[in-house]
Amino acid sequence: MSIATLRTSYLAASLASVSRSMLKQQVPIKSQYAATNSPPPPEGFMPGVANSKFIRNTHHEALRNPELAGVANGETKKMNTFQAINDAMSIALATDDTACVFGEDVAFGGVFRCTMGLAEMFGRDRVFNTPLSEQGIAGFGIGMAAMGSTAIAEIQFADYIFPAFDQLVNEAAKYRYRSGGEFDVGGLCIRTPCGAVGHGGHYHSQSPEAYFAHTPGLKVVIPRSPIQAKGLLLASVRDRNPVIFMEPKILYRAAVEMVPVGDYELPLGKAEILTQGKDLTVVGWGAQLYVLENAIQLAQKKMPGLSVELIDLRSILPWDVETVCNSVNKTGRLLIAHEAPKTQGFAAEIATTVMERCFLRLEAPIQRLCSYDTPFPLIFEKFHVPDMIRCAEGIERAMKF
Amino acid sequence: MFARIPARAVARAIPSRTLAATSVKAFATSAVSKDISATSKKDRIKVNFPGALDSHFSQKLEIRERMEPIDTFRVMDTDGKVLDPSLEPDVTEEFAIKIYKDMLTLNNVDLILYEAQRQGRISFYMTNAGEEAYIGSAAALDPEDEIFGQYREAGTLLYRGFTLDQFMNQCYSNDLDLGKGRQMPVHFGCKALHFQTISSPLATQLPQASGAAYAIKRSGRKNCVMCYFGEGAASEGDFHAALNIAATTSCPVIFFCRNNGFAISTPANEQYKGDGIASRGVGYGMHTIRVDGNDVWAVYKATQEARKIAVEQHKPVLIEAMTYRVGHHSTSDDSSAYRSKKEVEDWKRHDNPIVRMRKWLENKGWWDETKESSHKSFARSQVLKSFAAAEKRKKPPVSEMFNDVYDKLTPNLIEQKKELEELIKKYPDHYDTSNYAPEK
Ligand SMILES: Cc1ncc(C[n+]2csc(CCOP(=O)(O)OP(=O)(O)O)c2C)c(N)n1
Ligand SMILES: [Mg+2]
Repeated sequence: MSIATLRTSYLAASLASVSRSMLKQQVPIKSQYAATNSPPPPEGFMPGVANSKFIRNTHHEALRNPELAGVANGETKKMNTFQAINDAMSIALATDDTACVFGEDVAFGGVFRCTMGLAEMFGRDRVFNTPLSEQGIAGFGIGMAAMGSTAIAEIQFADYIFPAFDQLVNEAAKYRYRSGGEFDVGGLCIRTPCGAVGHGGHYHSQSPEAYFAHTPGLKVVIPRSPIQAKGLLLASVRDRNPVIFMEPKILYRAAVEMVPVGDYELPLGKAEILTQGKDLTVVGWGAQLYVLENAIQLAQKKMPGLSVELIDLRSILPWDVETVCNSVNKTGRLLIAHEAPKTQGFAAEIATTVMERCFLRLEAPIQRLCSYDTPFPLIFEKFHVPDMIRCAEGIERAMKF
Repeated sequence: MFARIPARAVARAIPSRTLAATSVKAFATSAVSKDISATSKKDRIKVNFPGALDSHFSQKLEIRERMEPIDTFRVMDTDGKVLDPSLEPDVTEEFAIKIYKDMLTLNNVDLILYEAQRQGRISFYMTNAGEEAYIGSAAALDPEDEIFGQYREAGTLLYRGFTLDQFMNQCYSNDLDLGKGRQMPVHFGCKALHFQTISSPLATQLPQASGAAYAIKRSGRKNCVMCYFGEGAASEGDFHAALNIAATTSCPVIFFCRNNGFAISTPANEQYKGDGIASRGVGYGMHTIRVDGNDVWAVYKATQEARKIAVEQHKPVLIEAMTYRVGHHSTSDDSSAYRSKKEVEDWKRHDNPIVRMRKWLENKGWWDETKESSHKSFARSQVLKSFAAAEKRKKPPVSEMFNDVYDKLTPNLIEQKKELEELIKKYPDHYDTSNYAPEK
């Protein structure tokens, strides 16, 4: 073999295609992902979302929401969740000269494409890559915000937010309080993708909201859909407190809505009642809501006439105690579901508060449907998370108590 | 500060020789005043501040932006020719061929597993393409030196004897995976081979490597720790913590940076402004080597020397191996979004570590086309065989989800395990366990 052919044979197309066909011929496909004969998308599949009743597929449906009154006469555009987040950041940058977007790999668009096109549109001094350091990113954002600027920082995965824990918990959260109100970092918003995707294993799946919910001074927000993501993100960026905005990554492509193109905010600290009901209150947030939607349908097949009030909490901190307790006072039963492990998950906080405030109205033990208390296990994911069946069982337990 | 303690005044007060012979005591007792010309080099006066004892006072305000860039050690040119006869590797044919075969095999594993991911057969993969010469570093270690890796160092495991079956079992998360199917593909680990299990959070392994090295030193074993990481990971706080603690506590650890020019999409020139990662080693008072990371023999030699320092002197060493990530970051990445295909093609053509090693072997008369094609087809068939076998196997038993969280199951886990068992019994269609090995 000549040197020339030797060189090109290395990892070259010819060899790749040889291994491609050899693989298929010599080792016929039989595996979990093989059904599609193509790799799973990085953010996973959540096929049910498209058929959800909570997805606003049309212009009209989207704008029926009273919270969107400000843009009720405007246009809407079909967007998935990452596009809606991108749109929100684009508006934040356009309406606030001090705003910057930064983080690992954001300049080329981010590993989940959320910042695509922003560097080209607003310049590399406003949308830029940082060195690979989460504590650096968080601290840098705090510094910008301390100068009155707006910092929209991305932590590439919520699983990698822990190097920034000190900056967020000890610094951002206490900046105003410790200075007697002299200083604050209200302009800081940390965006980070969270949650299960089907193949993320330990470190591309976690939902660490409860760690931050234990920190006075922070706000924590988790949207369920493109319309919600855009309005909640704009509110989070503009809120005068540091906000951690956790994006369920499985919804980046799976959830598509007609999103108002205008500038709008959705309220922080306010839950949204997705369906009204009288027998049972179900509380969830993010992607778990779609699991709950299916679980409720399943339970209703077994228990015809079952009337469930489903609440999207939206803000984990501060959370909407009033909406949840009003609902439980009406229904007398509560189920909370989240993807994070059960012990010390945020459901524990909700359950305790409801127990304190609605004790005499409760007709069944509060149900917590959460992941099991193990690290997030790759190959056991479907057994680990509180799926439709487990949530439906929980509904039945609450109703039959 | 400048105004209050002029360097001149201090210089006048402390005679240089007394200080050079040095001690705080000398400083305290003798204060013979002598007029010293601060410009003459031999008369320069050392500072006495505890924070930088090697510094001298100077009347020249120096604003330093950079040091001399550190050279890149190289044994062979890109055609596999040894540049200085005194550097000709003193190795046996068998040893050299083992290294080369492992490089080729690794390349085959990469091709097949990458393709397997594209076909949806495994969920994820990361290739080593372009960086195979790091196998030279594995070859310079003792088999009992402990390895802490990042994720793109499967070749070191291959070199140590991790079998193709073991690689494939891990990537398939099957019941023979040592990690019990819990982590994503390429998160290998093997106690018998002294290779700590890979963890995705970057740079966390670095301070751990320092601690492990300290423990090895205390045990009296004549071993060191080898810690691999990328130039991107070196921006994390843990990197700095690791080097500093290793230097101050004299740890026998080698920090091996694979500087492949990229951290996902972020190019090295946006990752740092200094002279690579190597310059930082000097900053932490460590022995530091920069090496051509595409030159197996340079990597081998550098690691050999580093290991000597680590094991014999109990000192940490930083090696920066300069290379280029030819493949995409991972199967989740398409690098054409941030670098030109031509750039990648150029690297493949002009500086290929496998080709370089092959040419060296051919010049020695130890390798030829017949051996090349026979090893390639052998490697490919072995890889495919392991691949097919791993694909057929079941996943670990479902109960393995609950084990190893702690040494023993805790009450909450016992309860949750029971709950799941009952659910599986009640909803066998929904919780299909046919792809999982039966419970033991
Ligand atoms: C703490 C942390 N932050 C972010 C990531 C996501 N991530 C995975 S690999 C990577 C780039 C690493 O680059 P480098 O260290 O140069 O290694 P290379 O991939 O080039 O071998 C990033 C940002 C992570 N795994 N851990
Ligand atoms: Mg790199």
